[in-house]
Amino acid sequence: MSAVGHTTIDNSHDDHGHHHKQTFITKYIFSTDHKMIAKQFLITGLLMGIIGIVMSVLFRMQLAWPGESFWIFEALLGKWAPGGVMSQEVYLALVTIHGTIMVFFVLTAGLSGTFSNLLIPLQIGARDMASGFLNMISYWLFLLSSLIMVGSLFVEAGPASAGWTIYPPLSALPEAIGGSGMGMTLWLISMAIFIAQSLMGSLNYIVTVINLRTKGMSMTRLPLTIWALFVTAIIGVVSFPVLLSAALMLIMDRSFGTSFFLSDIYLKGEVLAHQGGSPVLFEHLFWFLGHPAVYIVILPAMGIVSEIMATNARKPIFGYRAMVASILAIAFLSTIVWGHHMFVSGMNPFLGSVFTFTTLLIAIPSAVKAFNWITTLWKGNIQFNPAMLFSIGFVSTFITGGLTGIILGDSTLDINVHDTYFVIAHFHLVMGISAIYGLLAGVYHWFPRMYGRMMNKNLGYIHFWITSIGAYGVFFPMHFIGMAGLPRRYYTNTSFPYFDDLANVNVIITIFAIITATVQAVFLYNFFSSIFFGKRAPQNPWNSNTLEWTAPVEHLHGNWPGEIPHVYRWSYDYSKTNENGEYVIPGQDFVPQNIPLQKGEEELNH
Amino acid sequence: MTVFLIIIVIALFGITVWQLKKIYELSRTTSAIDTTQVANDGDNKRQGNYMLAFGIGFYLFMFYCFWEFTDRALPAASSEHGAEFDTLLLVSMAVIMFVQIITQGLLHYFAFKYQGKKGRRALFFADNDKLEFIWTIIPVIVLAGLIIYGLFTWSSIMNIDEEEGNPIVIEIYAKQFSWEARYAGMDNTLGKSNVRFIEGINTVGVDVSDPYALDDKITSELHLPVNRPVIFKFRSQDVLHSAYFPHFRAQMNVVPGMVTQFAFTPTVTTEEIRETEYMRDKLARIKDLRKARSDAGEELADYEEFDYYLLCNKICGVAHYNMQMKIVVETEAEFNAWLGEQTEFGEVIKKQQENNPAGGEQESEDLAQVQN
Repeated sequence: MSAVGHTTIDNSHDDHGHHHKQTFITKYIFSTDHKMIAKQFLITGLLMGIIGIVMSVLFRMQLAWPGESFWIFEALLGKWAPGGVMSQEVYLALVTIHGTIMVFFVLTAGLSGTFSNLLIPLQIGARDMASGFLNMISYWLFLLSSLIMVGSLFVEAGPASAGWTIYPPLSALPEAIGGSGMGMTLWLISMAIFIAQSLMGSLNYIVTVINLRTKGMSMTRLPLTIWALFVTAIIGVVSFPVLLSAALMLIMDRSFGTSFFLSDIYLKGEVLAHQGGSPVLFEHLFWFLGHPAVYIVILPAMGIVSEIMATNARKPIFGYRAMVASILAIAFLSTIVWGHHMFVSGMNPFLGSVFTFTTLLIAIPSAVKAFNWITTLWKGNIQFNPAMLFSIGFVSTFITGGLTGIILGDSTLDINVHDTYFVIAHFHLVMGISAIYGLLAGVYHWFPRMYGRMMNKNLGYIHFWITSIGAYGVFFPMHFIGMAGLPRRYYTNTSFPYFDDLANVNVIITIFAIITATVQAVFLYNFFSSIFFGKRAPQNPWNSNTLEWTAPVEHLHGNWPGEIPHVYRWSYDYSKTNENGEYVIPGQDFVPQNIPLQKGEEELNH
Repeated sequence: MTVFLIIIVIALFGITVWQLKKIYELSRTTSAIDTTQVANDGDNKRQGNYMLAFGIGFYLFMFYCFWEFTDRALPAASSEHGAEFDTLLLVSMAVIMFVQIITQGLLHYFAFKYQGKKGRRALFFADNDKLEFIWTIIPVIVLAGLIIYGLFTWSSIMNIDEEEGNPIVIEIYAKQFSWEARYAGMDNTLGKSNVRFIEGINTVGVDVSDPYALDDKITSELHLPVNRPVIFKFRSQDVLHSAYFPHFRAQMNVVPGMVTQFAFTPTVTTEEIRETEYMRDKLARIKDLRKARSDAGEELADYEEFDYYLLCNKICGVAHYNMQMKIVVETEAEFNAWLGEQTEFGEVIKKQQENNPAGGEQESEDLAQVQN
């Protein structure tokens, strides 16, 4: 069946060798080419990332030196920092928007949007996405939702400030906090549009992977990146609509007087008419997306890291089938663990037991993945390109952050560390830092594919080492202030003299945060200057096996001039030898997927 | 107008750069392909060595954090179930630190050991069912142990026995940004309540017509008798809050529209915990810090003695960071004496009606309407 489909597509694209003339507008703005859309996602994501990271530096400064005046607060926050002292309102707003931007706009759209678009067609051997037009719409909706989110920073009463989880009633009642007025409305509109773009993107990715694989590209020959991106898209389709329904109900509660989430509220001397709703219902709906979202963020990073590790260790990824199985297991379990965010929400304690069980189960596939990555390094011939460094860094932070999940996922232990800095440390390491490492690794690795030029490796090394030291410097000590019982989202910790001896830890954390944030400028410089002035990239700079490196450096719509390459093997034939101990292709330690089986080569069953 | 001019200038500058770039591109040989930005043997050696150094440095840093920051962790639990909690935490910590040390060590050591060299041959090692089985089954066993241990503890904490040990029932009432406590009084039954009863002095919305409510006592400090189970019922007036008792290893969200509950038995009185070595050291440290700060000219309130506290741990508005209530754990006799001094709700209402009879009538009419 699929063979028939492929032939038609091949025929229709055979004339793509010659290039039809494109104007600036069709090439850069209303582009339906997946490579251009990937770049659009990446650059929008990076810009949003700058905003999100700057915000985190601002509130970290407030936490380290509470109530002190900084000119930069006054310059950036204006009326929200009278005399350069950050106000309580804007502190919560910064925390909220930082979370929203980083989770959704940088790590969901910036990571999976970029690499799904770039890699799916190139690595499976397709001319483009199943629907280029839908793909273009998806990006434009993403840009629109980004603009609305950024725009919400400038409304009179401030942006949404109820935390990125926007639990009602706080997020529903402008009387309870200023940010729940216009700011929250814009937040909800922005997220509704974001969900629409995410669904369009995900459906497109799923259809493309299922239908447009080139001849010979069976599911078991797919690179792990594609497996991860494919499964990520499925999780997105399953869970994002639930957030949309939660957002719609919240909009109705806010604007049309319904009571889905509100009941028995007395505020500012008045009893509100809302009756019979439950905030716990919102928590369920939110985390039904919110937890899978964590895996939407981390799975693409896992796929990217698996691919980069195999390439740079010059070894096949260890346990390909186990890696695929654990991606599937993680994806399945991710949809039934959301309750571990709600152990002390007031839901039935029996549910807590069930969610503890499923949550700790998810540690098993995660552990298998970590062990397999480590084994992939064993007896390798490791090429330390910047992408490889970030991949190793990913495994390190993923383990460090993942292990504390065993504490948080245990309903008993969660009682006392819930909503403390221990949680912040955990999820920043395991999904924040790890996913960003995955993103950065991907950018360093596929930059030559995207722009035909190389990024500067020495700047990459500086970037990696300072980031790596800084990230641990920020988040490792944070576990300890969490164990001391310090709650998150506190504007200052000085109201409890008991916390006074944590102040110096907070200063250490903030200093590391400032250093880490600053060094990202090195990356940005490297990225943007290499686009224009980087060294010309060879066709296959990392000696990689996957199909994208068989396409010419110059971009052309349709990816390959002439016929699409056929696939004869899996993508991990690195350092494969014949029985006589010689490489399969003499003198070359890799065999790209489009090379047919060689004489005397044994075909392995993976 | 100036903004407009600035935008034009920036746009023109952008075009200039773009054009310059085009000229620059045209002027150089575009076919020059360059592999200098791919890691070579020198890079591999350096970065591999850095990996080892980083691994060692990371060990030292972890060790330093444990050494330096452990004294900041919470003291031993002051509640009955808290002791179990502490053991479970210790066991889990030991397990995860063991895994952390081994895996991080292997990761960084392998990165160092197998750094790339020209001529080195990587091992084509794609699969090994036995190895994979081993490292699937080990986490399964360890996690099964932790899950079972955790679940037993969890059900013993969350199963609230309303009979055993003569428990005392206390309502914790949350609003932006303060806490109140309501004691059930002699009948140990809380009177009915709803935000719609909030009126004047009746700030927590107790139903005046409910006979059980009349002996309730509403306080702004939480006193608990030692070694007697306490059942807390939580109610919120406005938004979500979370009642967090870190020293008792207890936490429960406070949800408007429903009553949530948690129970624990305090085992260490305020007097006793002040005398522990942990707390004396901690207080001395904090006093030193505060003295240094006030010497530097900061105005600080005195912090002479440790008190347990209840704090809000769910974002609830701008003053979320300062929503606290003092907790005093004392002997049964002290507790009874203190409770005896508190005024009963019925008396409070009566006094208000005496002072303001008209208002009182008005109030009861309103209430009658609510009940209808």
